[in-house]
This record gives sequence, C-alpha cells and structure tokens, in this order.
Amino acid sequence: MQVSITVNGEQRTDEVEPRLLLAHYLREVRGLRATNIGCDSTSCGACTVIVDGLSVKSCTVLAAQADGAQVTTLEGLAGADGELHPVQAAFRAEHGLQCGFCTPGMVMAAIGVLADNPDPTDREVREGLEGNLCRCTGYHNIVRAVLTAAQAGPAAGQVPQAQEVQA
Amino acid sequence: MIPTAFDYVKVRSVDEALAALAEHGEDAKLLAGGHSLLPIMKLRLAIPTVLIDIGGIPELSYVRVEGDEVAVGAGTRLFEIERDEVVRAEAPLLSHVAGRVGDPQVRHRATLGGTVAHSDPASDVPTGLLALGGSVVVQGPAGRRSIPVTACWTGFFETDVAEDEMVIEVRVPRTGSSGWGYEKFTRRENDWAIVAAAAVEGRVALANMAGTVVRATATEEALARGASVAEAAALADQGTSPSSDMHADAEYRRHLARLLTRRALETAAAA
Amino acid sequence: MSILGTRVVRTEDPLFLTRGAVYTDDLTDERLTGALHATFVRSQVAHGRLLSVDTAAALEAPGVVAVVTAADVTDLVDIPPPFPFINAAMTRPWLASDRVRFVGDPIAVVLTEERYQGEDAAEMVVVDVDPLPAVVGTAAAATDEVLLFPEAGTNLLAAFGEPVPEDFFDGCEVVVTQALVNQRVAPVPLESRAAAAAWDPDGRVTVWCTNQGAQQARGQLGDWLEMDPDLIHLITPDVGGGFGAKIGADPEYAFIAWLARHVGRPVRWAESRSENMIGMLHGRAQDQVVTIGGRRDGTVEAYSLVFDQDCGAYPRIGAVLPTLTMLMAPGVYAFPKVHAQGRALATTTTSIGAYRGAGRPEATAAVERAVDLFAAEIGMDPAEVRRKNLVPAFSAPHTTPMGATYDNGDYTAALDKALEAAGYDELRAEQARRREAGDVRQLGIGLSVYVEITGADNGAGTKEAAELEVHADGTATVLTGTSPHGQGHATAWAMIASDQLGIPMEKITVLHGDTDLVPQGGGTMGSRSLQQGGAAVHQAADELIEEARRRAAERLEVDPTDLVVDLGLAGLAVRGTPGAGVSFAELAAEERLLVNTVFNADAPTFPFGAHVAVVELDVESGKAQVVRVVTVDDAGTVINPLIAEGQRHGGIAQGVAQALLEEVLYDEDGNPTTSTLADYPFVSATELPSFELVEMATPTPMNPLGAKGIGEAGTIGSTPAVQNAVIDAAAHLGVRHVDMPVTPMRVWRAIQQAGSHAQQEGN
Ligand SMILES: Cc1cc2nc3c(=O)[nH]c(=O)nc-3n(C[C@H](O)[C@H](O)[C@H](O)COP(=O)(O)OP(=O)(O)OC[C@H]3O[C@@H](n4cnc5c(N)ncnc54)[C@H](O)[C@@H]3O)c2cc1C
Ligand code: FES
Ligand code: FES
Repeated sequence: MQVSITVNGEQRTDEVEPRLLLAHYLREVRGLRATNIGCDSTSCGACTVIVDGLSVKSCTVLAAQADGAQVTTLEGLAGADGELHPVQAAFRAEHGLQCGFCTPGMVMAAIGVLADNPDPTDREVREGLEGNLCRCTGYHNIVRAVLTAAQAGPAAGQVPQAQEVQA
Repeated sequence: MIPTAFDYVKVRSVDEALAALAEHGEDAKLLAGGHSLLPIMKLRLAIPTVLIDIGGIPELSYVRVEGDEVAVGAGTRLFEIERDEVVRAEAPLLSHVAGRVGDPQVRHRATLGGTVAHSDPASDVPTGLLALGGSVVVQGPAGRRSIPVTACWTGFFETDVAEDEMVIEVRVPRTGSSGWGYEKFTRRENDWAIVAAAAVEGRVALANMAGTVVRATATEEALARGASVAEAAALADQGTSPSSDMHADAEYRRHLARLLTRRALETAAAA
Repeated sequence: MSILGTRVVRTEDPLFLTRGAVYTDDLTDERLTGALHATFVRSQVAHGRLLSVDTAAALEAPGVVAVVTAADVTDLVDIPPPFPFINAAMTRPWLASDRVRFVGDPIAVVLTEERYQGEDAAEMVVVDVDPLPAVVGTAAAATDEVLLFPEAGTNLLAAFGEPVPEDFFDGCEVVVTQALVNQRVAPVPLESRAAAAAWDPDGRVTVWCTNQGAQQARGQLGDWLEMDPDLIHLITPDVGGGFGAKIGADPEYAFIAWLARHVGRPVRWAESRSENMIGMLHGRAQDQVVTIGGRRDGTVEAYSLVFDQDCGAYPRIGAVLPTLTMLMAPGVYAFPKVHAQGRALATTTTSIGAYRGAGRPEATAAVERAVDLFAAEIGMDPAEVRRKNLVPAFSAPHTTPMGATYDNGDYTAALDKALEAAGYDELRAEQARRREAGDVRQLGIGLSVYVEITGADNGAGTKEAAELEVHADGTATVLTGTSPHGQGHATAWAMIASDQLGIPMEKITVLHGDTDLVPQGGGTMGSRSLQQGGAAVHQAADELIEEARRRAAERLEVDPTDLVVDLGLAGLAVRGTPGAGVSFAELAAEERLLVNTVFNADAPTFPFGAHVAVVELDVESGKAQVVRVVTVDDAGTVINPLIAEGQRHGGIAQGVAQALLEEVLYDEDGNPTTSTLADYPFVSATELPSFELVEMATPTPMNPLGAKGIGEAGTIGSTPAVQNAVIDAAAHLGVRHVDMPVTPMRVWRAIQQAGSHAQQEGN
C-alpha cells in the first residue's frame, strides 16, 4: 500500500507493507535512524516520536496509521544553523544522556511532557516520563534536564515543524 | 518483533466499518488506537488477516452531556477523556481512570472503545465504568443497542459485543457532585493494576480479581445495610476468584482488594 | 587553572542529540550492502533431547536464502568452557544438535533478504524436542539428580574454599544465621545485541558488534573461529550500554561471521528484546548463607559467607564470580575471623555473566545484611555497630583475612559524612514519632558501607594502551584501548591530554573500538577505564612532552632542562626567555610527534563509600517507596564531576532496582516468565527519587591521576541500603529479614508472620 507521511517537514510517498511499523518506516524507509527500538512490548519509549503534535511510541503505530500525518523525530529538532532545541540543549548541559540509546525517545517524550505542562515539578517530570526507560542515568539528570528546559519557555514544548504539540 | 502480514482497510465512517466487518468476517479485527491489538500481534499472540482501521472516524470522537448522562464517543482517546473539562466536571472518576492508564504516549493513542472492547480484567477504564454504572452503545447490522456496563464484560478478554458489532459510545451517569475514590495498586507507577478498586455512590468495582472487572457486591450490600466502611470493605473479596501469578498470589490479591476498597471508600466519603 | 576536576559538558553529545548515535543496527557501511538478515530459532524448551529440526517449510518461505542447522556447522569445534578449572565436558555447541539446555538455546538460523521475512520464516522451522526435567535453582542443580552434561557426571562447575570450621563461632556471645537470596537480574542495556560481518576476498573479515572491548572480542572470535586475530577487523560502533553483559563477545557474534563466510554474503543480526532477555547473560544469582557472631557490646568476632552461584546452562563469567565475592566478603570491616566458601553450578537457564559490580555487590549485600541482623539481635543502632567494626582509617595498604590488599580508605569518615548529610538523628526521631503514632506510612532508614575492587586484572593484566599524536595543524588524536559506551571517555581523555599539553579540548579527537587502529586494549569493565586507560593517556602526554623536549632542545639549541611546558603556546618555552619556544604543532610539522605507551597499574584500587536510603513503607500493603538516597562514593580524584556523578546516579538506580523490583523468574519447567519489558520490572523514573550525592575524594597512590573506579560503586552501595531500609521500616513489627526484591507481597507476608509470631509468643 501507499503512505504519504511528512517527516521533519518533508513529505514523501512510499510503497509499504501494511504491517510496517512506523519505527521501521522511519529507520529503514526514511533512513532516520536516531529513533531506536528497545523492546517488543511498548514499554521502553526509545521509539518515541511526535505524530500530529502528540508523543507516541512509533513501534506501536503502523506506518499505515500515520498516512497523512506530520511526524517529528530527533533529527528534526535542531535549527538549520545547528542551534539545539531547548530540550536538546538542556540534556547536554545537565548530562542527561550517557550511552544515548534512550535519548532520542526521551527527548521527544520530554517535549511532550513540557507541551502538556510547561512548568512541571520533579515528580511531574517523572510521571510524564514513566513510559521511557533509561538504564544509564538513573533518570536523575534527565529530570534535571527537563526542569532546565522548562525555563526556556514555551519553545521547550514545541517542535519546529508546522504542527502544534497539543496541550 | 513484528506482526504477521495482514490486509489493511482504512474506514471513514461507522457504516464503512460495519460493512468491512461484514465483508471480512471473523478474520478481521477492528484497529482503534492499536495499543492492545498491535502489541499482541507483535508477539504473534493474535494473527488477524485483515485490520479495519477505525482510528480516523471523526464521528466517533466526542464528549456530550445528554440529560443526566455524559456520552463519550468510542473513538475518543484516553488523554482527551483525562483532560476534557466536561468529563472532569460531570464524571471525574472516568477522567481519573483514563489518566491512570499506562503512560502519556499510550494515552495519546488508546481509545475508549478499544479499552472497553478489549476486556482486560486489569484495565482501569472498565473498572471505573463498572463503578459509575451506565451503558455501552454498540452498533451492528441490526442497528444500535445498549448494553448495561454490568453485562458488558462477559469473560477473560470477552465482551457482549458481537463479532459483527462495534462499540460506538459509552454513557455514564453524571456523578459530578458525588465523592469518588480510585486505588490502583502497582509495583511501578505505569504498570497494569495488580488489583484496583473504584468507588462512587456506594458502588464498588474491582480490577484483576476475576476473569473480568467485577463489582464488590458483598461490600455494596453491606454499605446499603448501613455497615461502616471498614466492615463493608472487609467483604470486598467475597465472590471474587483472583488468580496467582508472579506479581501476587490470590491470598495477597484478596488482601489488596479489601484494603484498596476501604481506601477508595474513605476517599469517596471524604470528598 | 586546570580543566581537571571541572564540569565539562560532553563532546559526544551534540551528535548524539541531533543525529543520534550510530549503533550496530544503524550502520549503513557500504561493506554491508546486500547483507542478509539472520534470525535465530531458539529452544522453547528448557531441557530436552533434540529429536529433529525440519527446515523444509522455512526454506520455501519468501526471501529465505538459507536455513542453517547444527548439521551444517562441520568446520567449527564446540566452544570449550572459558576457564581451565571447569570440567572439559561442559562444552557449548554453536547450534544445538542432540540436546537443548535452556529456553533460548540456539537451534537454527534463518537467513533472509529482508528483516521482516526472518521472523516469518523462523516460525516455520519445526523443532521436535523430547523434554527432560528442568534444573532450576542451585539447590536442584547441587543434587546432581538431573545432569546438563551427563558426560561431566556433575552439575558442579567449580568449588572454591573449604567448609566453615566447626568451631568457627565458638566463644561468641551472639551468633545469627540467615539464608539470603541475591536474585538473578537482567542487565538490559537499552541496546540489545547486534552484529554484522563482511568478508574480504583475501580472507579477512570485518565484524561490527556491540561490546565493551573490541580487542577482547576479537581475541574471542579468533579463538572460537580458529583464526589468526590479525585476519579479524573488529569494529565497535556506538554502544547502547553494556553493564558487564557485553564484555568480550557472545557466540552469536562469531557465528554471524561464520554465517557470512558460509553463504558468501555479508550478514547482519539485531536481536529483539524478547530474544535479549533470554539470550544475553544475566547477573547475580547467588544463594547465600551468612553467619555472624560476636559480643553483645557490638563487636563482631567472626563472619562466614557460604554460597552457591547459579551459572546457567553454559559456563561464562559467572563461573568465576564466586572468587570476587569471596575476596570481598569482609567488606569494610575489621572482623578478626572471616570465612568464605562458594560453589558454581549449572542450571537449565540463561548463562550468568558480569552485571554492574559483578561479584562485589553480592559480597556487600551479604555482609551489610549480616551486620543489620547482628545489630537487631543485640538491640544496637546499626550505625553504631558499623562504627565499632569498621577498619580504622588507613593510608598504608591494608590486607584482609581474605587476602585482598586495600590501597587506602577512611570508612568511618564516609559513614559519618553520609549520616550527617542524611540527618540521621532527625530521621530516627521522625521514625520514632511515626511508630509511636502507628502511622500507615512508616519510615525506614537503611545503611550500607562498602568497599569494592576496581581495575582488577581482567585477564589482560592491569595495563592499558594509549597512543597520542599531535598534528602539524595543532590538533591531536588519542587512541585508547578503553571502550566507552556512555562513560564519556572522548571527553575525559581529551581533558587529560589538554590539561598537560595546552591543546584545546575541541582540537583533540579520541578514537577507540577499531582493532586496526587500536590493536591493544583492555576495554571498559570493572570500572577500570580511568585508572588504567585515563592514566595511560596521562602517561602518553608525559612521554610526548619528553619527546618534544628532546627535539625542541635541538631546534632551539637550549638545554632540555631549560624547557618548560607552556600551556598557552601548547608547546615548550625557554625558561626566563619570553617569546622563545616552540609549539608541539611546529615540532610535528618537522617530524611526526607521536607516542605509543602502555600504562601498567601495579594493582587494583579499592573505592569505598557509604549510602543511606530512606523509604516510606505502607505497612498495610507492604509497598515501599524510596524517598531519599544519600551517598558518599569515594573514588579518589575526580576528573570530571559531571560524568562521575552520572556514573553514580546510574549505579544507584540499578542498585535500587535490584533491592526493590527486578528479578528474572523461571517457572518449575524452566520457562522464563519475565522475558519482555512488560513483565520484567525495569526500574522507571517514578520509582526513584533524585539522589543526594556527597563528595569525598581520597586519591589513590596506584596511578598518577589518583583515580579509582566509579562505574559500579553506586550499585554496590545502594542495594543493601535500600533492602535494609525497607526491613528497618517494619522492624518494630518484628520483621528481621525480607529477601530481594523486597516486593510488597513479601513485605506484607513478613509483617503478617511476624505479627502472628508475636501473638503466639504473647499467648
Ligand atoms: C505500554 C502499555 C501500557 C498499558 N497500560 C495500561 C494500564 O495501565 N491500564 C489499562 O487499562 N490499559 C493499559 N494499556 C492498554 C490500553 O489502555 C489499550 O490501548 C486499550 O485498552 C485499547 O485501546 P485501543 O484503542 O488501543 O484498542 P486497540 O488495540 O485498537 O483494540 C483493542 C481491541 O478492541 C477491539 N476494538 C477496538 N475498538 C473497538 C470498537 N470501537 N468496537 C469494537 N471493538 C473494538 C479491537 O479489535 C481489539 O480487539 C496499556 C497499553 C500499553 C501498550
Ligand atoms: S521500542 Fe517502542 S516502546 Fe520500546
Ligand atoms: S543513556 Fe543509556 S539508556 Fe539512557
């Protein structure tokens, strides 16, 4: 079947198997391999991307279901001049990543958390990230990074592409 | 892990969906949010050959006050129910249980109709609905009918919804002014309930204490007789048949049912 | 001002945060063009005779190029046990031929053109197994009633140490004994295992795989494939966590290389999480008995630890973990008598390997639980009992009854700092208040004081290689034999070199993980990297300066001793002659300025610390929530506090996870019941508080940096602190012990039992 999906602002039409998972579509068809796959049970969140303004686990969405959608992945966050998105910048400043495997999903989920709640508490960040697992950081610096990013204002809860993260 | 191959049909209306269901018969499955169906398909525990995607049917996504009930469309996503001002005001327990499902990403996809139709005995929304009362509206070739929530979940992953029917809407009484309580016991915050108890207006429902979500009838009867919360809650596990698994054995589940019922009732009474 | 000791943000991060790291499964290397995808068919039965493997249907499936079974593997010998002391009959076949020994044992491999085709075809391979009884747990293994390797005649892999002498506790006023379970856990690096291989026409193979040390992995592949290691080019791409489970190579990696040769095409493999949970090494898995005896005044006189190590089906590192546990048995204590004995046993389960701490957390958990049990028995505050028995501060090496030689330490200071930061007295007062009031939420305070060993000889000795070159354009390259997978070596090694040479960090490139570039290396494990690899970079910079000095002296016609390093110049200046000097880059323009060195630490180091965990326990449900973790982790000199703290955080979290949540479970037939992340309770952010870290740094004399290892400290310290805290929260109800993970059900049951016990005694 054909799907037409806009990823990081770029629309394309591709022939895919109906069972193709969005995560694999992004990685294999679109060649965007920042999005990782860490589990088979929708548990780890490593595959989190923003679809039509909402954080979702792309391992549990069919590419077919995303037909016509706007998708943002980690690769779509930084400005053309290389300027980091506030959440990316905060992850760096606070050492919110070690091996980096959870990071793309964690960053996208964090944007979702901040879209929902621009000024969260430590506990609210933890609850907002409950669907994202990290083995390296003990979450401590990830939580700090999200709290730091929140100080950047509304931009921290938005993605650059023409889509609003729904609150 | 990936699902086995299937054909995919995207439908835009309830009529199209029902027509597709009729055409493809028992090999077909409705795909709503896909957050119960796709995980089990990836583990190859379900192998439908046709998926009918009802995720994009606009007419199924709404919240409306109708008389003394709140009507919520089956396609409404759980995060929308969690945040909807009308649901929060008129049926706060429903908003709360929707917000207790999984994690934010899951709630962004999962639908009301999907969680009702999936009939997992541990699921939050059916537990809340069972305590709230009300009904599930389904539509099939013969038209619409209404199933009282007490008759909806008939067995482990089984419902009264026929193969050629689909869930259209859920209707719950407006209980906005009544106190309510929901106690979900998990090891990790985002886990499925090991046991959960929902209480509102003297009705109590339990998750994961039997093959379906169940009402704690002995507790409800005791409350109706004027028993104290503690006395009534001590009967919560009567008539249940909890299983033993690696998270909890049956004895502990019974203990939790009594404890959580007491706490849910106390919270409801405190409001 | 020195850059060392400052919070430098990582140089790795910009790419990781914008493009994502490039893990093995992300590779688009042209040598892998047209690669086939390998899918393993694994045993779904724990133990049995393999009767037949029917590949006919799978061979007909779309995209299938080959289905390989044991019959095809005619040119490889079975994998011998990894240590000479293990019975030689305990070999591992590449693919099962006559017997399967755990759920996950590889039976066949399907090679397909497309990834998705592999799973479909693998399902069509029909495997017929005649089941044998499973051997689950060390108790079952030790009976030898069912043998995994009948030719070996026993399930015992190795026995270490002698039984405890009968009179060992004679004369003690108080003796407490307790069986403890240090449960099996899964390392779960977020990146599962993956490998790819492509052969050159000239018989050389390039293997990409996710691991913790390319050189060691290459050595293992060479041994297994009976190849000259020089014919193996092993590349370690970015690695998504290891935690010990990616040390060396797994047989699957070698087999991917073999398959690529077998079919004459590149092959790649990336396992699913479900496969990972049964196929990758697990950790811990000891059944222990501790006995502690002493006087009522709190002095411990004798301590013994007797335990069985579950090694799973095929011996791996698990078989030697008992030696580390035994070595570290006395921990921080000056107990006059210590005895330890361990056995290693085979069971029909996933093999056991190293997991963050590997052997030391098991020792610490045992002794820290024992001390608490002793304190409870004599009715003394556990902090007080610890203080009475700690090895006093020492700066000259201290040798323990188990023969370990600790470099230096001040355990009392660590404990005092932790207690003070936690507000121990106020916590005890709050606990007393809640007990008095009969609150539903009781407070528990748990302590642990630990010492561990880092940079131990990992087979390659205690040395590490580094190459450092300054280029004519003023940049520098560091080649290291360590293998960072989150530890930030690219940043830290650049800091070390920059600090000595004055070359800005952004001009220093750190390379690792390619055996053609870096043929020697020990990898990253056992918290060795900074103290050996970082020290090697430091030594390389020293040697490079000496080489530069010799050349600069000639060029400037001055005495070498008149030359001093000028950091602003990034070169050498003539003392007392402003403006006279030469930069390293200028020297490199004349002739390559490159040194190659090996740093050899004479001995390991012994980081130490103290943790205080505070939990709130719902005594009605048995559920505990960790509300505070306060830690002192002394790892000597800290090069980059940002990174060191990150190591502590991650370690603490994994330690808390073991205490509270995580456990790999099997049913009685040997079927794993926790083989997805929906079932295995991997700790998430909501179960953890933010951590309170207290600084303490006692430099070691064992290397010029003064650094000890920090990678595993958090895990070692936090597990017993949290377990002790939960038990402490229910201590007033009569609870003395609950095994890990301290699940709500276990705690609730312990409270029930203590209650009925107390009632009976009262009657
Ligand atoms: C990681 C994770 C965690 C979760 N945690 C929880 C939790 O804590 N508590 C909880 O309650 N749930 C939890 N869930 C389940 C979640 O709530 C499910 O998504 C939901 O139950 C199903 O909704 P869906 O729209 O995704 O349904 P789908 O997966 O699309 O469908 C589920 C089933 O219902 C059928 N169906 C769907 N819509 C209709 C309809 N309108 N009429 C008839 N049949 C229909 C489908 O054919 C299918 O059989 C979790 C899920 C995941 C992935
Ligand atoms: S890969 Fe999607 S949640 Fe784990
Ligand atoms: S940084 Fe490694 S899993 Fe999060």
